[in-house]
Parts: sequence; C-alpha cells; structure tokens
Amino acid sequence: MTTTLVEQPSSAASAMTSGVACRNLIKEFGDGDAKIRVLHSVNVDIPTSELALLVGPSGCGKTTLISIIAGLLFPTQGDVVLFDTPQSQLRGRRLVQFRAKNVGFVFQQYNLLPALTAAENVSVPLLIQGVARPQALERAHAVLEFVGLGNRARQLPSQLSGGQQQRVAIARALVHEPRLLVCDEPTAALDAKSGQTVMELIRQVAVQPGRVVIVVTHDHRVFDYGDRVIEMADGRIENVTTRTTLG
Amino acid sequence: MNWVAWKMLTGDRAKYFGTVFGVAFGVLLISQQTSIFVSLMRRTAATVINVRDAQIWVFDQNMQNTEEIKPLSESDLTRIRGVSGVKWAVRFLKAQTRARNLESGTFRQVILLGIDDTTLVGAPVKVIAGSLADLRKPDAFMVDQAGYEYLFGVGEPIRLGRTLEMNDSRAVLVGVVDAHAPFETFPMVYTRYSQATRFVATERKVMSFVLAEPQDGRTAEQVCRQIQETTSLTAKTRTEMIWFQVGYYMRSTGIPINFGITIVLGFVVGTAIAGQTFYLFTVENIKQFGALKAMGVTNLGLTGMVLLQATIVGLVGYGLGVGMAAVFFESTKGMTHLRGFYMPWQVAALAAGAVALIIVSASFVSLRRVWVLEPAIVFR
Repeated sequence: MTTTLVEQPSSAASAMTSGVACRNLIKEFGDGDAKIRVLHSVNVDIPTSELALLVGPSGCGKTTLISIIAGLLFPTQGDVVLFDTPQSQLRGRRLVQFRAKNVGFVFQQYNLLPALTAAENVSVPLLIQGVARPQALERAHAVLEFVGLGNRARQLPSQLSGGQQQRVAIARALVHEPRLLVCDEPTAALDAKSGQTVMELIRQVAVQPGRVVIVVTHDHRVFDYGDRVIEMADGRIENVTTRTTLG
Repeated sequence: MNWVAWKMLTGDRAKYFGTVFGVAFGVLLISQQTSIFVSLMRRTAATVINVRDAQIWVFDQNMQNTEEIKPLSESDLTRIRGVSGVKWAVRFLKAQTRARNLESGTFRQVILLGIDDTTLVGAPVKVIAGSLADLRKPDAFMVDQAGYEYLFGVGEPIRLGRTLEMNDSRAVLVGVVDAHAPFETFPMVYTRYSQATRFVATERKVMSFVLAEPQDGRTAEQVCRQIQETTSLTAKTRTEMIWFQVGYYMRSTGIPINFGITIVLGFVVGTAIAGQTFYLFTVENIKQFGALKAMGVTNLGLTGMVLLQATIVGLVGYGLGVGMAAVFFESTKGMTHLRGFYMPWQVAALAAGAVALIIVSASFVSLRRVWVLEPAIVFR
C-alpha cells in the first residue's frame, strides 16, 4: 500500500534493504551558547520482524531518537532509512502521508480521544487516510476483537481500565497495518499484570513479517519480550544485544 | 475528519455548552445593547417617522431639532406653495402643552400635533379606535395608545368621548392611534391645526413646520433645494429629517457616548468570553491535536477541524444569543414604557459579523499553537 511513497534506497543506506537504519544521526536543540546536542552520531539497524527495545536512563535521547525515526522530528545531521526510503527525501506533505500510512504510535498516556468510543478511536488512522467511516468502524471492530476488546467497542476511554485503554491504543496503532510501530513506555502507567498483557499483545500482534516494532521502555520486566535491546546513554548507542546473545 | 472534530467539540458537554454560552452571552450583550441604542435614537425622530404622507419638511433655517421650534409665519406657507416643483404644502404644528383629565383631575404634559384641517396630512396611518374623519368634529383629538394609558390609566379600556382640558379649552377623545413612541414618555395628541392653536398658549406665530410634496416627475431632493434657494428656509426630505433629528441627539447628548461605552464593553466582554473560552477549548485539546498530527493529519486538516468547531460554536452561540435578545424584545414589547424597542435586522447582522470576527480571531490565535505544535509533543 505504500508503493507510491517508497523510494529507492540511497547509497548511504545500501547496508539495509528493509527495516530501520539510522545513519550518523545528530540532533541539536537551541542556538549559540544554548545549543544542546542530544544525539551524537547515532548508528543503529533494526531489521524487520523484530521487536526492538530502546532502553536507557531519562534524558539519554531515547524519545528524540524515536521521534526522528517516526518522522516527527528532523535530525540536524544524518538520515533515517525506513523500509528502503531515506526520510531526507520526504518532506512536508509527503512525509506526513508516509507517516500516516507506515507508522503506528502507542503512547505512554494512550492519547485516546476522550469523546470517541473505543471503536471510533481505533478508526481514526483509517479516517485520516480517507477511508469511509462505516468501513473504518467495521475494520476497527475487527481489530478490537483481535486485541480482546470486542465487547468494549462502544465504551468511552473513561469507562476502560488503563490496560484496556492501552490495548485500544495498540489496536489504533495497528488498524491501518503500519510497517513501523513505535511504542513509548507502553507499560509505564500500568500495573505488572496489565503491563505483561500489553507486552504479550505487542509481541503477538505487532511483530509480523515486514514490520518493525520499537518499544521505548524503562521497565526491566519487559526486556524478555525484545529481540534486540538497544541501550542508550548520553545520546549515544552504548550497546546492542540481540536475542541470540540474550539466549 | 469533520466527524472527529464534531465529536471532540461536543464530547465534553460541559465544556461545549460553556463555550457556546460564552459566545451566546457576548452576542446577547452586543445585540441587545445596540438594539436599545438604535431604538432610543429612533424614538427621537418619532415626530417625523409618524408622518407618512409628506416627503418634504420645511422649517426655520436656525432650528436645530424638532423639540426646539422657531415657528414660521403664514406667509412662509404661501411662499413655499409658490415654489416650482411643489405639488402641495400644508401646515404642521408641534408643541408641548398641559392636558388635564377632567374626570380625575390629573394632568400630563403632552406633545400636541396639529395636522392640516382640510387634508389631515400628518396624521398617523394606523387608527386603533375611532375614525380619522372624526377629527373634523368640534374639539376633537386623538391620542396614541400609550398616551391613552398615561392620560386615563394603565389597563383602562379604550372609551371614546372622554374629555381633557388644554389651555382652558375642552377636548374630546375621538380615537386612539398607533404611533411610533417619542423620546419622552409623553402622550402624543393629534388634532386639527386650527384646534391645536387653541390648545397651546397663543403666540404671534405658531406654525412649526410646513409639510410638502413634490410634483410628479420631481424628486423630493430637487424640490428641497428649490425651496431653500427660493425661501431661505430649510427643507429636508423625510429621511434627511430623521437623520437631522437623530444627529442632533448624537451630537448634543451623552446617549451615544454612554451607549457606545456599553456596546464597546459588550463587544470587549463578549470577545473576551467567547474568544477565551474557544481558545482554551483548543489549547486544552492541544495534546489530542498533537496525537492527530503524529498520526498524519496535516496542518491544513487540523485547520479545517478547528474552523469547523469554530463555525459550529459560532452558529449555535449566535443563534442562542440573538434568540435571547429577540425573546427580550418580544416579551417587553407590550410594556408601555418599552414600546418601540426592537431589534433591527441590521443589528442582528452586526452581531453576526462581530461573532464571526471573534470566532475567527480566536480560532487563528489558537491555530497558531496548533500549527507550530511539534507532533513529538505526544512523547513528552
């Protein structure tokens, strides 16, 4: 569904044919003396069909990195290649369209629209893409069934528990079948049991062939769910551990 | 996404109604106060408005308004009748005198209007009780509906034949007319010109105005110029005369300043309430807009959503505000002291323009927050 937007890989991205590749990413905020470098030449590859955990202490640049990977922020230098498409070739409306079709978001605070029912919330990414409301709602109901909330489709976020809201958020992130799923601290606001349910769901539902899932987390309990753990500190990648290494 | 915008707007009922009533209150302030001001100014020109059958008013060149009259001489009437383009010209008297109710002994100051004996030009159009022709009877007078209550008592049923005394002369009620309310809360007494001269203290000259009509094929403006050039008197068309009178009150009284302040305050308060509530509504939803932006809604799409919300709030708020103002005027129209107060369509249009300006301004102020919003805010 993204053929019109997917560009040929650049020479800089030749090492990757799919997934996410960050190349020499530098991000600075502010100007002059107030300039702060948040990311220092970050290079990292995440192949498809993997769940990557991005971990590290607060302020180490995790959020900035996933914001850049998701196309929400521009790097000061370097580039991100998403599914063979250098982001530097996407600007303005093309980047927004690329994001709308290829990226799904799960936020720490869920960010569900409080006035919309669970099904209506899930249908939003499809509405953004211009899908008619009845079809979008039909698809939303199906995805809610998939995440185990079929019987909660007509309820407002305020009528759902934290864990259920996060599952709705996951359904919303997946309803348009994105190739990149970005999850920001998805278990931070949940108790242990709900957090486990959510991570199992992400592991089971999100990690599909051709899809990359990146989860930013502080939560050590979820490390077991990752295929790849990327540790950051002071704006740099300190260590990358794969499942093979993890055993 | 229009549907999402609608749901975001109306999902929180308390917030939605708060925003709508903010706009409605602003519109109510603007439309009600402006209408009262316009109606009050219109009352100052009641003498002119009530005369429907003459297009031209002629009066002394030094006269500044229809309350402070310098009477014309009978020869002025003859001169006006001789001006080229004048089809006809008749006398018109306006004066204030004291009228005593002979039944109860109470008295009121009244506005006395003397209309042409022969043609009855200058009489109000609508007669509620009696017949205009009865004015030709001896001592006859007619009074406006509110004036009847002022003279004979509130709620008193209309009974013709009742008598007054004016300037030691007996006057008999032969009819009640529907006339535009004057600025002062005085009864408007209509009688024949010759009769009116008996009801006021005698002066050498008593003719307040000459009412005239242009000949066919000549405009009132042309004939007014002709009269002024020929007689050195001032001649104005009916519309010019209304504005002449309103202009005097605008220039010479504190009414426009006081009402102007009220209207400006209404506008400022209305803007503050309506604008701020809508601005806050958008700002409170900024994280939701950020999430939508992250998910792929463009700035143009978000602009459309905010403008749609603004349009809904504006339309509903305007409808409620103008509706409340209309209910006020509808519910008070039967009150004697408030008769003639109404909401002109121009005021409703002004309020619509004001609310559009308020809402569009508030939208663009809040949209600036949305436009510069980094979608990455959703990760913070």
